[in-house]
Amino acid sequence: MTCLPSHTDKKLGLVIDLDTCVGCQACVTACKEWNTGGHMAPLTDIDPYGGHIDGVWFNRVHSYEHTTEQGGRTVNFPRSCLHCEQPACVTVCPTGASYKRASDGIVLVDEDKCIGCKLCSWACPYGAREFDTDVGVMKKCTLCVDRIYNDNLAEEDRVPACVAACPTSARHFGDLGDPASAISQLVEERGGVALMPELGYKPTNRYLPPRARSERAVKVDAPALEPIKAEGGFLGWIDRMLSN
Amino acid sequence: MHPAFSVVFFTTATGAGYGLLALLGVLGGLGFIPADFWLGLVGMALALGLIVAGLLSSTGHLGRPERAWRAFSQWRSSWLSREGVASVATFIPTALFGIGWVLLGRSGGWVAAAGLLAAVGAATTVCTTGMIYASLKPIAQWHSPYTLPAYLIFAGMTGSVLANALLQGFNVGSNAMLAFALLATLAGWGWKLATWRYNDRLEIPTTANTATGLTGGTVRSIEWPHTEENYLLKEMGFRIARKHSAKLRRITQALAFAVPAVLLAGVFITPWSFAAIASALAAICQLAGMLVERWLFFAEAKHTVTLYYGRQ
Repeated sequence: MTCLPSHTDKKLGLVIDLDTCVGCQACVTACKEWNTGGHMAPLTDIDPYGGHIDGVWFNRVHSYEHTTEQGGRTVNFPRSCLHCEQPACVTVCPTGASYKRASDGIVLVDEDKCIGCKLCSWACPYGAREFDTDVGVMKKCTLCVDRIYNDNLAEEDRVPACVAACPTSARHFGDLGDPASAISQLVEERGGVALMPELGYKPTNRYLPPRARSERAVKVDAPALEPIKAEGGFLGWIDRMLSN
Repeated sequence: MHPAFSVVFFTTATGAGYGLLALLGVLGGLGFIPADFWLGLVGMALALGLIVAGLLSSTGHLGRPERAWRAFSQWRSSWLSREGVASVATFIPTALFGIGWVLLGRSGGWVAAAGLLAAVGAATTVCTTGMIYASLKPIAQWHSPYTLPAYLIFAGMTGSVLANALLQGFNVGSNAMLAFALLATLAGWGWKLATWRYNDRLEIPTTANTATGLTGGTVRSIEWPHTEENYLLKEMGFRIARKHSAKLRRITQALAFAVPAVLLAGVFITPWSFAAIASALAAICQLAGMLVERWLFFAEAKHTVTLYYGRQ
């Protein structure tokens, strides 16, 4: 049923640290590698070696320049499904293919029921869903539902592939519904934010904003270069005299 | 939003078809339009032809059309599912009305009841179509108080202009039907102008700042995650140049509203043969104009996902 559960026992999700993300795309490739053989497999690539490459990805990393009065900075921004508490992508689904799990809040697609009407992708403000033109069904992030409960994996590996791959530990996984969980504490401590809260989708995932600039930071600005040759004329004469 | 022709055609054709069906159901059932076999046959064939062609066209953009039957199951939450249920349910009173009014040549009694039910079903189906668009929060131009009335007004407008053409064609036209078609066309024009005015002044609270959670200052996209266009950009990143938009709005106004209004006004004072031709031309011209209107409805709608790709 595409009606939403009134309550989920857990609110599993990701917390992404925009301060430490370096935009290396490791999470993107790890996600693709795992999921093209996982629950929503395949993540089809169309014309992968041709001139018009297209394909399904669950995780995309954008880069932005955020300019404020304090100056500008580059922010790398991974974008994937936020496993919202009010996911309109689920309620608009006419077939019951999209659903939100009452046990852990993960939003999934049953590929055998999807008719490929694409309405769910219109209803998602975040662009989390991508249509597989080859299979004719909609695909999306599963929060690696086939890893996080997988008894065949070592316990430390039972996290989404993107989280396991991140070299700077910018991605965190856990239960955001439990205020005592490490991930909830992290959000509390760093002032984690929800994306587009004004639309009322109540995303589960949180983004940790870049830390404030430190006044104690080492100056890395290079000193101004010396002129290669002294100017001529009166100023050049002064320069030569003073340089002696 | 990408204006897929299957959906543009679907919403335009079914709107006109349901509008005509509703008018035939009410006016035919209550006996205001005489029960005539050929008039009824042509009228019902036109209405059902537009509806069925539209519904079939809508399955054209499905990835797995063979599973379309599943779309009738989620009417408790999904407007698309409700549309499917309403459209199929409407066929039942429509079939009864067709048998009574066209084949048996009767009106009143159970034929009137079936006709009224068909009209209610038609209006309900058009409402569900409108709500599919009006309920989508990421697209501010659709998630507006103008969208649902627009679908109803345009269905009534195109339906009444078609009904007038039908009646004039069979030389049983009435000034009341003609006046209704003309007023509906003017109402549609007014509503479209008001909608454009509203959309052009829309202040959308969702920005690149709220989309990324980066507060204050400006957020400028410096690098996309991919070098080629992906599904999101193909489906939702459709952009239309402002000058084309302005030109297409003028074409819409001319074809869908101005020319039909002038033709319909002329019907009041012209003899029958001219009146029939002018009425038919008004209907054809208006449907062509409404295709342009519906194309623009998609092309001018902006989805929030484009904020991630640098739309200001």
